[in-house]
Amino acid sequence: MNPRLAVNAVVLAVLALVPVYAARTGDPFLMTLFTRVVILALAALSLNLIMGFGGMVSFGHAAYLGIGGYAVGILAKEGIGSGFVQWPVAIGASALYALAIGALSLRTRGVYFIMITLAFAQMIYYVAIGLDRYGGDDGLTINQRSRFGGLLNLDNKVVFYYLCLALLLTGIYLVWRLVNSRFGLVIRGARSNERRMRAIGFPTFRYKLVCFVIAGAMCGLAGALLANHTNFISPAMMHWTRSGDLMIMAVLGGMQAMFGPLIGAMTFLLLEEQLSRITQYPNLVIGPLLLFVAIYVNGGIDGLLGGGRRG
Amino acid sequence: MVYFIEQFLNGIQLGMLLFLLAAGLTLIFGIMDIVNLAHGSLYMIGAYFAASFAEWTDSFVLGAILAVIATFAVGIVLEIVAIRRLYARSHLDHVLGTFGLLLFFNELVRLVWGPAGMTLSLPSEMLHAVEILPGLFYPVYRLVIIGATLTVAGLLYGLVMGTRLGMLIRAGASNREMVGALGVNIKLLYTLIFGLGAALAGFAGLMQAPILTVQIGMGENILIAAFVVVTIGGIGSIRGAFVAALLVGLVDTVGRAFVPDLLHVYLTTSASASLGRALSSMMIYLVMALVLIVRPEGLFPATSK
Amino acid sequence: MVDALLAIEGLSKRFGGVVASDAISFALAPGELHAVIGPNGAGKSTLIGQLTGEIAPDRGRIRFGGRDITKLPVYRRSRLGLARSFQITSLFSDFTALDNVALAVQAHSGHSFRFWRAARGEVALREPAAAALDRVGLADRANTRVAALSHGECRQLEIAMALATRPRLLLLDEPMAGMGPEESARLVETLRLLKGTLTILLIEHDMDAVFALADRISVLVYGRIIASGDPAAIRADTAVRQAYLGDSEGEGHG
Repeated sequence: MNPRLAVNAVVLAVLALVPVYAARTGDPFLMTLFTRVVILALAALSLNLIMGFGGMVSFGHAAYLGIGGYAVGILAKEGIGSGFVQWPVAIGASALYALAIGALSLRTRGVYFIMITLAFAQMIYYVAIGLDRYGGDDGLTINQRSRFGGLLNLDNKVVFYYLCLALLLTGIYLVWRLVNSRFGLVIRGARSNERRMRAIGFPTFRYKLVCFVIAGAMCGLAGALLANHTNFISPAMMHWTRSGDLMIMAVLGGMQAMFGPLIGAMTFLLLEEQLSRITQYPNLVIGPLLLFVAIYVNGGIDGLLGGGRRG
Repeated sequence: MVYFIEQFLNGIQLGMLLFLLAAGLTLIFGIMDIVNLAHGSLYMIGAYFAASFAEWTDSFVLGAILAVIATFAVGIVLEIVAIRRLYARSHLDHVLGTFGLLLFFNELVRLVWGPAGMTLSLPSEMLHAVEILPGLFYPVYRLVIIGATLTVAGLLYGLVMGTRLGMLIRAGASNREMVGALGVNIKLLYTLIFGLGAALAGFAGLMQAPILTVQIGMGENILIAAFVVVTIGGIGSIRGAFVAALLVGLVDTVGRAFVPDLLHVYLTTSASASLGRALSSMMIYLVMALVLIVRPEGLFPATSK
Repeated sequence: MVDALLAIEGLSKRFGGVVASDAISFALAPGELHAVIGPNGAGKSTLIGQLTGEIAPDRGRIRFGGRDITKLPVYRRSRLGLARSFQITSLFSDFTALDNVALAVQAHSGHSFRFWRAARGEVALREPAAAALDRVGLADRANTRVAALSHGECRQLEIAMALATRPRLLLLDEPMAGMGPEESARLVETLRLLKGTLTILLIEHDMDAVFALADRISVLVYGRIIASGDPAAIRADTAVRQAYLGDSEGEGHG
């Protein structure tokens, strides 16, 4: 059997069974850990859409985690606890921010693009620090998770976990369709050879911008999930090192693979978790590991499993 | 007015420190095309080395000199062991790899020096303030920082403009492939440039240590500011880094000092306080975004490609 | 010229002290195959850059089908029917030959804000793409990734992509570059078959190909057109002989 398919199947099975295993062993922390994995996998998936397929290396993607999270937190604090309002606002606000900074950033290329996306993320990070009413630097606790009438009780860890997992899998499916659609081919073509794309008649800018907005919106949803998961929002959600983490997850898993971001998120977070149990200095291992991957590994874990370079 | 001059001088001082960091970054960027997130780690190591050496030798100056040499050495080793293997890779791989180095160095420092941070104390002669203008007392040490960093900047300028090595650096910044084709020992050149950048970063780190901090992760914030400087100034351009560093240093310092008050004039109390703080933190990023929109390659782009 | 498809009037471009284009004027009649030749450094790339829209001229105008396109961006000119092939092969290297051409077809088949349906399954895109590949003789390499194609096949693919956009004017930038004699001959045949069905502006060094195909030839030296006319007249022109052909006319690759 194709090793990549096997790995994907195993990963899916593991994720599906986590709550069962947690109930058996009575380990609540397992649920917390894996919910985090699934949520950040969704965020990494959205980054990979623009980075892996679109070639737009954004160093400010964690900004949308923050915007989505703060949408939920701010609305909750102001008395609006309904998820039916909070989550669309989280997605919409992220999309708007992506539209604004995308319109400006996409005029630059290469390293300048990396820098300007970083700058815009830093800007919103400082805005969050300045929001005294919503905790400023210390952050804000959210007492009540998003309410969905009688439909879903997010306070139930298992329900919440499966919701996140469902959203992630839906996201993966949507990205898969997107990437093979006309739109997706334009994005991938622009990554491969933008000059050529223009020469054959594509106005590449507008397509890249729309892709950028879609990715921002998806990450905003992840932000709303994250805020619910931790019952807490703080500027740290948007710190540039968080953006770095997302990039690591995307690259580690394999940027051309649909399950890449998920595998990357799982590997990175589980590794971090396990190493923290063994040693007080986990980054003495993780740091060089990242360096190794950066120097020698092509196509991430998916590449190691035999994933070819697809256009 | 006195307050303004004081903040202005602080801005110059910050700008000079930023210049030391940015000069190394822009050379590494422009010549080796490497996005180096570990540059802040070299800044941090310089400060830690200085703190330890100063303690052992009981002399700030001796500690500083040893620290610069040690950081230079670390830079050389880093280039040979890790950085040179990244040249052939994509920018994304650079970000990933040097991010890994950043994490590693933070952890290593925590292991060797402990989590609490260090202090670097000044010799007593530098501990007081001097009246540079009627009514304006300015700390001697801050003047020393400005003086020392200007001297180093001058030396750097002399190196880049007046020596053969400097000529190779300038040539490499404007056209990398050509320099290789000229038969120069590129490997050695790259190693030296990286070492030079490390030394500059370490020097900046130790210079700010007595007035600011010596702690884990201290490189992160200033690194971002240094990247902003490099982007505004133009990748590969030391002159650009100098101008942009002063600009950023002044905007940030003067901005933080005056924007909240300025805003207070126009807005109600509670909103203006937090908004003012947020706005002043954002100023340098606003400037960078503005520059990139108007001049996407920065103010003094060095590359001809 | 009455009803020229492409009319270039006084096109000028300077780069610092270097005059790359010096008041270039000429026109292409519909259906003609017009070759532009000239020594290296004559300004051919700058000319093409201005025609495609990648370089903005300092002065002058370009009219395409009667319409002033001087200020139009690159992609708009393609939409109007001006297609080009690149001198240095510029393709989508991780995609197959068919994918490459299908993208060109897609660019001219309405908008691409379609997010759901698999584009590789769209017959309306794949069929014209396959036809274009067939026209240049690459039908059997349709499903090969570009990275695996030979240099000559890549050059042919460049032409196929340009054809797939159903152009009125085909701008070929040294299509024979780097090709051996067999491949060149095959490409000359392909172009000969295309003659008459569309207008072609051919920039080339390969004199055999130029004199075999061209209806008219213009000679570009130091940014200026020094001669323009049918092949026989150009061959006989003394200024041209001096500047370019020298005594070794028909030598092949310039």
